[in-house]
Amino acid sequence: MQDVILNTTPLPHLLTLVILLPLVGVAMMAFFKDEAAVKYVAFWTTGLEFALSLPLYFWFDPATHRMQFGEVVQWISTPPIRYAVGIDGISLWLVLLTTLLMPICVVCSWTAIKSRVREFMITLLAMETALLGVFCALDFVLFYVFWEAMLIPMYLLIGVWGGPNRIYAAIKFFLYTLAGSLLLLVAIIVLYFQGGHTFDILALSRAQYGETLQAWLFWAFFIAFAVKVPMFPLHTWLPDAHVEAPTAGSVILASILLKMGAYGFLRFSLPMLPDAVGRFTPIVLALSIIAILYGAYMALAQSDFKKLIAYSSVSHMGFVTLGIFVLNTQGVEGALLQMLNHGITTGGLFLCVGLIYERTHSRMLADNGGLSKPMPRYATCLVIFALSSLALPGTNNFIGEFLVLVGSFLYNKAIAVAAALGVILAAVYLLWMVQRVAFGVPTEKTARVTDLNWCEMATLVPLIVLIFWIGVFPNPFLTPMHASIAHTFDVMARGSEALPTGVGSLSGIPGGLP
Amino acid sequence: MTVVSTADLLAILPELLVMTGGCLLLVLAPLTPPHRKEWLTYLSLATLGAAFVVSYWFMGAFAGVPRPAFSGLYVLDAYGTFWKLLLIGVSALIILLAKAHLKLEEIDLPEFYAFILLSLSGMMVMVSGADLLVIYLGLELMSLCLYVMAGFKRYELRPLEAAAKYFILGSFSSGILLYGISLLFGRTGSTTLAGIREGIASLPAGDPILMLAMSLLVVGFGFKVAAVPFHMWTPDVYEGSPTSVTAYMAVASKAASFAAFVRVFLGALGGLKEDWQLLLVAVCVATLILGNVVAIVQTNIKRMLAYSSIAHAGYALIGLAVADAFGTASVMLYLAIYAFMTLGAFTVVTMLRRGGLEGDEIDDFTGLAKRNKWAALVMLLFMISLTGIPPTGGFIAKFYVFMAAVSAGMTGLAVLAVIFAAVSAYYYLRVVMVMYMRDPGEAAGTPGYNVRVVVSPATIAVLLVASVAVLILGVFPDQLVKAAQSAVLPLK
Repeated sequence: MQDVILNTTPLPHLLTLVILLPLVGVAMMAFFKDEAAVKYVAFWTTGLEFALSLPLYFWFDPATHRMQFGEVVQWISTPPIRYAVGIDGISLWLVLLTTLLMPICVVCSWTAIKSRVREFMITLLAMETALLGVFCALDFVLFYVFWEAMLIPMYLLIGVWGGPNRIYAAIKFFLYTLAGSLLLLVAIIVLYFQGGHTFDILALSRAQYGETLQAWLFWAFFIAFAVKVPMFPLHTWLPDAHVEAPTAGSVILASILLKMGAYGFLRFSLPMLPDAVGRFTPIVLALSIIAILYGAYMALAQSDFKKLIAYSSVSHMGFVTLGIFVLNTQGVEGALLQMLNHGITTGGLFLCVGLIYERTHSRMLADNGGLSKPMPRYATCLVIFALSSLALPGTNNFIGEFLVLVGSFLYNKAIAVAAALGVILAAVYLLWMVQRVAFGVPTEKTARVTDLNWCEMATLVPLIVLIFWIGVFPNPFLTPMHASIAHTFDVMARGSEALPTGVGSLSGIPGGLP
Repeated sequence: MTVVSTADLLAILPELLVMTGGCLLLVLAPLTPPHRKEWLTYLSLATLGAAFVVSYWFMGAFAGVPRPAFSGLYVLDAYGTFWKLLLIGVSALIILLAKAHLKLEEIDLPEFYAFILLSLSGMMVMVSGADLLVIYLGLELMSLCLYVMAGFKRYELRPLEAAAKYFILGSFSSGILLYGISLLFGRTGSTTLAGIREGIASLPAGDPILMLAMSLLVVGFGFKVAAVPFHMWTPDVYEGSPTSVTAYMAVASKAASFAAFVRVFLGALGGLKEDWQLLLVAVCVATLILGNVVAIVQTNIKRMLAYSSIAHAGYALIGLAVADAFGTASVMLYLAIYAFMTLGAFTVVTMLRRGGLEGDEIDDFTGLAKRNKWAALVMLLFMISLTGIPPTGGFIAKFYVFMAAVSAGMTGLAVLAVIFAAVSAYYYLRVVMVMYMRDPGEAAGTPGYNVRVVVSPATIAVLLVASVAVLILGVFPDQLVKAAQSAVLPLK
């Protein structure tokens, strides 16, 4: 149990480099006067970042549940807070998803953002560091620092570069998430005193907590994470934020930010509070089912393209929380894959909305009819993303939703049936959307629009490749998850014969702490 | 028989330096020709520099062992020295700020710097006094200078009203404090902190006169730190005083009062801990709620910052209510970090000019990001930090206060405090929203339309120090945390 964190790679500081590189990009922007140059700096930084993050996959050892590429440095002495980072099978894909989507976000903002380009790129890069930090942190305070630090760039992104109602949306987003996460802070501090005076996430996951305490902590965690996911009664900030955010903001929100909540459940709620999770699972499952059906139902009623995708996100994230809380391997692996899939597919759909908005300056479905004639390439991509989103076999979402449904079937048949209804509703609203946008009669606005240029295609093609790749060969994506998810269940089942606190904590790492 | 020994004088060397500097400035002020006036500014800064160096040396030389001086009326210890360093640093920044600001307000009188030094020496006496009367003396010296400074724009109505209000309410609260001290003396037969502690120990628990005296001390100090319900003067005085004086009151006077508050309550009244803890928690809850809620509806930035300073007193009070070493350290940390962010925010306010007046409405910040992006950027930083969002110092400050509360079993108080931290985000972010998300053009016709931003080297220096401090303390707080934790009062 000595080394819970591995670092056997040729580049020992790789993960830290990946986390901090965007900030280097921010610093470099100060040296360029020209806004066009700033765009290139942003693009090359995020591109290099993606290239740097690829070895995380190639050097990843799927056989172990231990944290890899780990690094631990003392940060604050009393109470002991460390800069501790590392990734396992749960965080690997989220890190890669983030680094993949960031260059795409830079490119899709190339012409769409016209004012304060430098500030825009700075917020984007600052956000990337915060997001990566959230997925890599192994110290609870460090996690919280990144978790909160991401609020300000997102607030600015929505509020400065957003649509007409942006200020309302930005403040709503900020207050919702801040109120949720501040309770998390108190929960973290309580955990510190109850879990053996440490903020080490791995050690805290091994400690024992009383039942009442677990219940309190569970709800404190739940509010923080459920706001981010967002789960049913706490989702109302999402449609506003999505609709008003610029395209890059929507993509980051949908594809990465929402995953932070689900990641929180998987990383903290499950291993740390197994009894409370067992006790409150029915409530969470009920909320997930409501989210799936209610989100789909709301999506059906939307006439705004972007709002439709936003509500479909609520529905799809319902599948993720459903998969996590059915508490079996199929469900959790499906949920984790769905997190990745939703990032790819919904990110693609938001890019599509952005592309058409740039041309017709309207997000209304009614204004954007008949695009298959003037924009055949665009229509093709849109259809692919829509089919992927409704889980057509051969696309990524099919694998993920299938696993989640299998998992929920094993847990409770009625729940699986209710969730499957969501899949049907998804087919309805997505096909209806495709019919109205891609086919139908071109309107005045859409009659003379130009098709996608190669640059715009370049933002969509990688996502399409991934859609089919995961759809046809999901194994390379599922393999790294197995060990970590199996380990999560082991930790949950630690019960009475749990390891004493402190064993296997970060302090045991060779070359880690002094 | 010599009354005063060399060791005693050495112990108050920083105070002597500052006091001498202040008196010297008063004498030199009328003798200096107008075009040499900045020499006086430099003289005051040099005095502060010398006092800082001496205090810093004391910090290293006497760390750990408190040295009583003047037969136990005064004490030189790490706790007091920590506060002195903070207060001297803050005063230096205020002098820099005032150098630019007073010129703009056309009240650039050299006496101002003398008053800063004299009130600083009062504060230094306050934080090191080991006798209630010595502490009271320091408090009065500080307050008297502040009353004068509040009314420094003596040809205008608003500052005069502020000064009068401050003076009347301030002397009233001093009276209450003094009454508490006299009751304590009557019951315990001593005015020194150690003597009172012993006296209390020999009295039966729940002595009504002691309770009354303790409550009166809470009122007196509560007034000085602007805790609810003794905060009434704060918004009016903060709004009416020249902004550099407001900043001085909000930062230095509050920090010094907290320092004395903690020393008196933990040092002299430690035996009544159970009683005053409850009272302070109640005051603290009221302060958190009222400060944060009322700040939401303010349209004047100085009033908003006044209510914000009330709210922050609430957070610092948590650390005092916890009443242990961790709590004390968190109070010290909180006020040290609070000093930089509040000072920075007030500095940005002084830079906005609407015609000949100060642009102190929140609307005056409209579109600041387009007019001066650096001013907007640092203001953004201070607002984030005041909200308590990482990676800024404000987060570290709040984090330690919450840690202290939870460690003492006051989780409910911590939950309440975080809820109101979320509320505070609303009014701090409104400033950010106005700066970044509204165009200057949008506001044509509103007061903020023709606001200009006045930049001078002195304000740049202050902003640079404040923003770098806020960032560094947010990312690498370890040194300050260690300093505060090693300087806590020796608890008996």
